[in-house]
Amino acid sequence: MPKRASGRTVGGLRSLSLQAPAVTLLLLWMLIPLGMTLWFSFQHYNLLMPGEPSFVGLENYEYLFTDPSLWRAMGNTLLMVGWILVISVGGGTLLAVLFQQEFKGRGIARVLAISPFFVMPTVSALIWKNLMMHPDNGVLAWLTESVGLPAIDWFSWVPMTSVVIIVSWQWLPFALLILLTAIQSLDEDQVEAARMDGAGPVDIFRFITLPHLKRAISVVIMIEMIFLLTLFAEIYVTTSGGPGLATTNLAFLIYIQALLDFDVGMASAGGVVAIILANIVAIFLVRLVARNLEE
Amino acid sequence: MKLAYAIPAAGIAALTSAYASAETITIATVNNNDMVIMQELSDRFEEEHPDIELDWVVLEENVLRQRVTNDIATEGGQFDVMTIGTYEAPMWGERGWLEPLDDLPEDYQVDDLIKPVRDGLSHDGVLQALPFYAESSMMYYRTDLFEEHGIEMPDQPTWSEVRDWAEQLHDPDNDLAGICLRGKPGWGENMAFVSTLVNTFGGRWFDEDWNPELNSEEWQTAIEFYVELLGEYGPPGASSNGFNENQALFSSGKCAMWVDATSAAGRIYNPDESSVADDLGFAPAPVAETPKGSHWLWSWALAIPATSESKEAAKTFITWATSQEYVELVGEEEGWTSVPPGTRESTYANEKYQEAAPFADFVLNAIREADPTDSTLEPNPYLGVQFVGIPEFQSIGTQVGQQIAAALTGDRSVEDALNAVQRSVERDMERAGYLD
Amino acid sequence: MSAVQTKRPWVGVLAWVIALIIFFPILWMVLTGFKTEADAIASPSLFFTPTLESYVEVQGRADYPKHAFNSITISLASTLLALLIAIPSAYAMAFLPTKRTKATLLWMLSTKMLPPVGVLMPIYLLSRDLGLLDTRTGLTIVYTMMNLPIVVWMLYTFFKDLPRDILEAGRMDGANTFQEVTLLLLPLSMPGIASTGLLSIILSWNEAFWSLNLTASKAAPLTAYIASFSSPEGLFWAKLSAASTMAIAPILIFGWMTQKQMVRGLTFGAVK
Repeated sequence: MPKRASGRTVGGLRSLSLQAPAVTLLLLWMLIPLGMTLWFSFQHYNLLMPGEPSFVGLENYEYLFTDPSLWRAMGNTLLMVGWILVISVGGGTLLAVLFQQEFKGRGIARVLAISPFFVMPTVSALIWKNLMMHPDNGVLAWLTESVGLPAIDWFSWVPMTSVVIIVSWQWLPFALLILLTAIQSLDEDQVEAARMDGAGPVDIFRFITLPHLKRAISVVIMIEMIFLLTLFAEIYVTTSGGPGLATTNLAFLIYIQALLDFDVGMASAGGVVAIILANIVAIFLVRLVARNLEE
Repeated sequence: MKLAYAIPAAGIAALTSAYASAETITIATVNNNDMVIMQELSDRFEEEHPDIELDWVVLEENVLRQRVTNDIATEGGQFDVMTIGTYEAPMWGERGWLEPLDDLPEDYQVDDLIKPVRDGLSHDGVLQALPFYAESSMMYYRTDLFEEHGIEMPDQPTWSEVRDWAEQLHDPDNDLAGICLRGKPGWGENMAFVSTLVNTFGGRWFDEDWNPELNSEEWQTAIEFYVELLGEYGPPGASSNGFNENQALFSSGKCAMWVDATSAAGRIYNPDESSVADDLGFAPAPVAETPKGSHWLWSWALAIPATSESKEAAKTFITWATSQEYVELVGEEEGWTSVPPGTRESTYANEKYQEAAPFADFVLNAIREADPTDSTLEPNPYLGVQFVGIPEFQSIGTQVGQQIAAALTGDRSVEDALNAVQRSVERDMERAGYLD
Repeated sequence: MSAVQTKRPWVGVLAWVIALIIFFPILWMVLTGFKTEADAIASPSLFFTPTLESYVEVQGRADYPKHAFNSITISLASTLLALLIAIPSAYAMAFLPTKRTKATLLWMLSTKMLPPVGVLMPIYLLSRDLGLLDTRTGLTIVYTMMNLPIVVWMLYTFFKDLPRDILEAGRMDGANTFQEVTLLLLPLSMPGIASTGLLSIILSWNEAFWSLNLTASKAAPLTAYIASFSSPEGLFWAKLSAASTMAIAPILIFGWMTQKQMVRGLTFGAVK
């Protein structure tokens, strides 16, 4: 025991000095902009207004929290993150099992299926908006019309669903890539033994594959969540947050309420609120995920 | 490890290697057709001025606006020439962010600029930006369809007539919408059109004390009319159609009528880009209660930020790109329908242009008659026909635009939508200190 | 297992159908890039006369090589920098954990959740004051910081799974920390480092908010190139598709070529 204790102190020092570069840099990155953001959030500071910024206390926050759109935007944020996670992780798991089977040209099929992850979010939003979901000359409109149904006007009838589809299309391949990797280390003998005992494919999936993938799924959820909480480009390109507030998430609300008329004070207050919200979500989810990772 | 160090080192060396050359001016502009032509023809400018090199930053409108506003308001100094509109020019001029353009060379013929356009780009009578092209709004219609249905277009159509025609012409089974109008939310998209509609129905954004009037009877009537007209007789997906989408629809024969920017005329009259060029009719923008503010005024203009370090070179360029000589150059090189419209009287006096562009008179009249200082039936405190010339308007206009798009898709009733925006605009105006 | 699978040919068919559906939007974009503007808005058809018209026009309007060069340098430089900073830190967290390690890691990840729209102004003003606006250096720094948390976290999970006895043995033989890291840890975890790096390159390449707001002309990467072709006036479907194809082609091909590598790294790290 004493040996361990002393090792710990020495280790602690070494540990600190080695972590120092990353931690210091991130601290600077956090503290300077975040500190400035916090400072600005207490100011009446509009780039387009003449005059120096002035201290207004909590006024920006007051306006933000009494804004009826705020709650809707928060709800939308969680709804989007939730649905996209469900679709990409659920779909990714099923597809991982499918693409694990042997079939002709498996390598190529896999590469095709993971490709959307490499596409820039702006480009993918533009493709979906103009080439796929356009009610007039999009491929989907042509498909529905060729079976005699009217074209779906995606972004006005089902705006949220449309955004979720587009973003899931980008992130499902990411989940697939990671889960496919994880599934390859599945113990074949165990599967074979289960099959001998008369387990069907569903049972095998539920009791062997899924538990095996638990850790990988946690990783996917963690990485995706980080990106989905700040989703912006896809909304900006397709629906501009509308119609109404249907697809306005927190990032977009900040954009439209503050950045659009260059109200730095409000934008900063919004940024502070967003990071608090993100951290609340993070505490719940990350703890859950982190526990899985420890196993 | 050695390798890992070597690569960033080489990278940094590459980053810092500077090279000397002629004076370079950085031009930020929108990716509209007329600007693309300007970029193509700028080789000529560089030939004439070997000491000036042009560096182009071409971006889509919204991205560009955010980019240049950031830059000018924080004195970032990254651009020597900025493309801005009638919304920005007077505001920025007032704050002293732009180089005033009061000593233009004689041969620039500043008096040749069409008056409302020139006024719209001035602050205190001093030009802040030179107009590259200008537009108002008007109605385009399909003469073949009108003839077929025996409809005659009067000199000045009214909105109730337009409604009746749209009903007659609407034919969704054959991919034909009675009317196409802007529906995509944004202060420069649906709200540009909606503001003119509200104006002509007798409404206004604010009363003289800056109290918003968005749930007034006039707004109610105008928006209900808009929602019914476009909802019943519009194309599918109307709520996500902006100017570009509608232009594509109209030029591929999918709309019987279209009320939008006059600057589209050259393109939809060009048979290479439009399948309806032969059956194209023009009319003034329709009116309802009052002709005041029934058509807008907008101009894209080139300005020099006060932070620029190459003001002389920048001035040389913007006077070239907005000159009479440039208009002629485009006419010769690209065809007369492609010349930047709406800026100079001389363009409209040019016989070649008149011959090539039968819409020239409509455009000139619409621009001449637009009056940003007096655009509503009852007086208002702001500058602008289809916008309100205050910094808060981008955000206000976009939020109202979103709610109107929601009313258009049937997400909420017109009354609900207008009441909601009235409350939110009151809040915003209070916050900005216009109201007590 | 494979013997069982071959008896079910529908599995292959289903997998291929799904793969093609997922890939279809990209394929359609590539095809549209070879159409004329008129064909691009006509009813969808796989049969058309291909033309390079749009590519020629797109090329005439924007300097593709410049933007591509910026994208390549910025994403490579920021990835290398991030790895360089992250390796010691991840090493310490994995092999010399303290009580605060997990909290530090969580905190690092939470810095990623700050929405860029909220901090645009501070970063913009800082860049201006440091003279980093529109420079590759400036964007490289921002991307390094942006990807650092994920890089640290991924490396940490890789390192944690390395067989400790090898490192212990090295230490017994008198290796110091530097030797331990360079001679033992790095070679052992190369696949993990590679896949982390690849992910970081992809994320940097595709980032569109900072690249649009912090650059003007000199340092503008391919995301800015796309912004000059999105929603202009007139017919733009074919030109937009051509420009998009050119903007994603390098990273897509890069992704295809390295996906085995990415997968190999991931298998022994985070998702073992």
